[in-house]
Amino acid sequence: MLKKLVGASVPLLAAVTAFFFGAIMLVALGANPFEGFQAMLEGAFGSGERIATTAVRATPLILVGAGISIAFRARVINIGGESQIIAGALLSTVLALNAPDLPAILLVPLVLATGAVGGFLAGAVPGLLKAHAHVNEILSTIMLNLIMVQFMNYLLGGPLIDPLQTSAGTFIPQTERLSDNAALPTLVSGTRLHLGVPVAVLAAVAAFVLLWKTPLGFRLRAVGHNADAAKAAGINVKRHITYALAISGSFGGLAGSILVFGSEGQRMVTDGSAAGFTGSAGFNGIVAALFGGLHPLWTIPSAFLFGALLTGAVQLQRVLQVPASLAVTINGIVVLFVISSAKLRGYIEGRIADRVTESEEPPDDPGPLADVAIGSLDDPIQNPIDSSDGVV
Amino acid sequence: MNQSKRPALKLLLALLAFVMVAAACGDSDTEGSGEDGALRIAIVAPSASDDLAFTQSMVDAVNALDRPFELEITDGTFVVEDAAAAIRGYAEDGVDIVIAHGTQYGGSLAEIAPDFPETTFVWGTSTDTQGLDNVFAYNPAADEGGYVNGVLAAGISESGVIGVVGPIEAGDAVTYIGGFEAGALASGASSVNITYTGSFGDVTLASEAAQAHLTNGVDVMTGTAQMVVGAVSVATANDIPWLATQADQTSLSPGLVVASQVYRWEVVLEEMLDLRADGTVGGQVFELTLENGGLVIEFNDGFDLPSEVRDAADAAIEGIKDGSIDTGF
Amino acid sequence: MGDFFTASVLVATIASGVRLATPYLLAGLGETIGQKSGVLNLGVDGVMQLSAFFAYYTVLKTGNLWYGSLAAIGVGLVMGLIYAVITIEFEATQGISGIGIFILGLGLSDLLFRELVGTPKPIRRLPSVDIPLLSDIPKVGEALFQHNLLTYTAFVFVPLSVLLLSRTTFGLNVRAVGENPHAADSLGVSVERTRYAAILIGNAMAGLAGAALVLGLGIFQPNLTQGLGFIAVALVYFGSWRPAGVMAGALLYGMVNATVLQWKALNIIPVSGSVLANMAPAVITIVALAFLARRGSAPAALSQPFSRH
Repeated sequence: MLKKLVGASVPLLAAVTAFFFGAIMLVALGANPFEGFQAMLEGAFGSGERIATTAVRATPLILVGAGISIAFRARVINIGGESQIIAGALLSTVLALNAPDLPAILLVPLVLATGAVGGFLAGAVPGLLKAHAHVNEILSTIMLNLIMVQFMNYLLGGPLIDPLQTSAGTFIPQTERLSDNAALPTLVSGTRLHLGVPVAVLAAVAAFVLLWKTPLGFRLRAVGHNADAAKAAGINVKRHITYALAISGSFGGLAGSILVFGSEGQRMVTDGSAAGFTGSAGFNGIVAALFGGLHPLWTIPSAFLFGALLTGAVQLQRVLQVPASLAVTINGIVVLFVISSAKLRGYIEGRIADRVTESEEPPDDPGPLADVAIGSLDDPIQNPIDSSDGVV
Repeated sequence: MNQSKRPALKLLLALLAFVMVAAACGDSDTEGSGEDGALRIAIVAPSASDDLAFTQSMVDAVNALDRPFELEITDGTFVVEDAAAAIRGYAEDGVDIVIAHGTQYGGSLAEIAPDFPETTFVWGTSTDTQGLDNVFAYNPAADEGGYVNGVLAAGISESGVIGVVGPIEAGDAVTYIGGFEAGALASGASSVNITYTGSFGDVTLASEAAQAHLTNGVDVMTGTAQMVVGAVSVATANDIPWLATQADQTSLSPGLVVASQVYRWEVVLEEMLDLRADGTVGGQVFELTLENGGLVIEFNDGFDLPSEVRDAADAAIEGIKDGSIDTGF
Repeated sequence: MGDFFTASVLVATIASGVRLATPYLLAGLGETIGQKSGVLNLGVDGVMQLSAFFAYYTVLKTGNLWYGSLAAIGVGLVMGLIYAVITIEFEATQGISGIGIFILGLGLSDLLFRELVGTPKPIRRLPSVDIPLLSDIPKVGEALFQHNLLTYTAFVFVPLSVLLLSRTTFGLNVRAVGENPHAADSLGVSVERTRYAAILIGNAMAGLAGAALVLGLGIFQPNLTQGLGFIAVALVYFGSWRPAGVMAGALLYGMVNATVLQWKALNIIPVSGSVLANMAPAVITIVALAFLARRGSAPAALSQPFSRH
């Protein structure tokens, strides 16, 4: 008990230290740090409506994080979250534009499914490239992010542009307002809490079930654990690498359709950059996944708290009139401090365990952070194909 | 894999607890309208408030208002959902005028504005209010100043080849560049080469795009959006005159910026505030034009502009004002 | 199309490609050295942003381009030290630490720019220096030997990196530590010290890449790199951890970009096709790797924290 308490307090202290740095910066900017943290807290949790906004903000992070967990378990890195989100959003938008009159009971599930398909396809490309052409997935997913942004700009500024934008001469690259039948229904009136939030949570649970309760999940993890052994056991390694990235991508794609059909605007619009549409969920989802120990279920609270940091940051800027980049900086420091605390915590827990003579406590799971830091999963970079010449 | 007893959540919750404790120690913020009955105005904008372009033009405009006000700014909110949170937050705080300075915020505004009927939302660039009674929309006729800049460029150019660096083919970039091309071609330019780099932020691409124009005999350039600072830098290094838009960019190249099309949003803001004072909180669309003074061509005294070129530009301004010149939009 | 194949346009396009390739090359070579020692650094982009800001700010205040470059290297070293402490002393997972560094660099450079500078102000740009004799070669000289010193530095670092990695004791240690840290440790090579050095060298080069970027432009703006550092990491995979391969990738990416911009300027790519053409650098890089490159082998211990137990 003591061990767990002390252990859990280490990352907490790390976070406190990080926020202490944030406080110093606030003071340097002439702001009251207590007011600052209060603003962040109020912005993220101050009312039911704000909590709902935080949950909505966390939704794509949950999905991307759960998807990344799947890929990482098969030892492939998916940095292509941005491209997969965009692909899912575009495909589901095309569907909604072409079938606006379907009843909501059909259209809502259809746009969500189409989003997942879009992401699946965008994930399958780096998967196939890795499996069959030895193109490292870090390279291909980074490049695909760049490609999909331009494709989005092309479609929204060209074939999919709202005809009103052309006739009015304003040329905003956005679609016309999408069918109300496709809108994700709001669950709690007066807030933005919409169907996408429980869908994301269920999807994360599905990712967990897939990985640990199905034969496919077993094979994916087997490929990630030891590609040679998996091949010896008759698993088609190439195919499962493709599956891993494609399935991972489908979660991002689902996030994309949720961003479109759960947005306040009910249309897809681009400011020319990926982040303008995704809010960098493709990257922030990686952080959420890693804080959650690359475990789909732990990604849920982890994404929620990261979402809180993001919504709190908006309030911080608004109330204290400090640059938005301050919140970004604090986020970076929090990530670095908390991730650094894993070893210290293991060390302290070890010391306490040595002293406590009555060792009824079973050996503790070191927890997600420690798992990432010390466990065997942190070299997903290693290419299972390349590292074992002769395989496949 | 042991799925139970994951302390990560504890860690994160503990972190949250800390923030709560810290927050409890803070003071509560003050609510209500500003001191001395000053109008409370807030701007939510996608880029930096000192970007020498789109966002700065609005901040400068509010600061030029001829009445007491208190200004709050949330800038850099290119993520629409963040902007929506800020817009809603200001409205909840009782801010009188919330300026949503980004077309992409329109969808969010349609959801937020009806919840705050007393608040005036000012939104642009847009040519309609989406049928909302408490939204004023604004739209700059960027093609007008573009046309004038085109006339100036053609007048200065010796090669007759003029280079344009744009972001993506969207919004007022299209209208500005379209007007510019029309003005330049109507004034004797032989070719207007347009490069859309594909990014609002990539300064490096803007710089190399300008460099590519130089290779092809361009001797006057223009461009629009935040990343053009890279192109201005190339122009400066090669002694190439530059035509600016959105804000006065003379400080970037004091000897080579010929003129800047400046957005004077305050002209239409004043009209909106007058309407509000009379009880009309929204529902109208305003266009910034040369005619109503919302668009102004600021000539740079530091650039030695031949008088006949200046005359041609002034004639173009008059022609646009009286409708005898069609910019094509 | 004919306009493009005139000597002057081709020369200008190649020169543009070389300029564009420079920051990718510097950052990519640095990342290569780091990865060879078994350390993945996804934070390159953040290091570049912060060092670019400091280079800019130093030049803005002093007017001295050398001080600016040194400041950038200094920032790279400091960020490298932070990264080394986090990943070596605290054995933190490298992927997330790198993303933390990226977020920190992105935020801090923006914050400092807002507070210390505000509105973009132009600074001196690095002047181009003609290489004696070589720059007089018709066409070739203009394309390749009339660049600024940091561009030359980037390309000189290619053979130097090869020599460093393959011909020096330090290089052997780096590779040993990256392939099998426990074996290296048992042979008396300090894994920690070697990785510290590799990280510091890599980050100093990322810092220099930031300097090359901002001093080539003569202006700073928040998020100046626009993800350039991530592309540089990708190019390490393109180059299969070989400096020459990284150079090939950087040049390919830069040249395609330069060609697209030149074709746009010449209206060979019309405005209507402009957006689709923007995809070319990324598409061609992927296709080139799929068709041309042999599989490379990653350092076996890449991204594994080293611990003696």
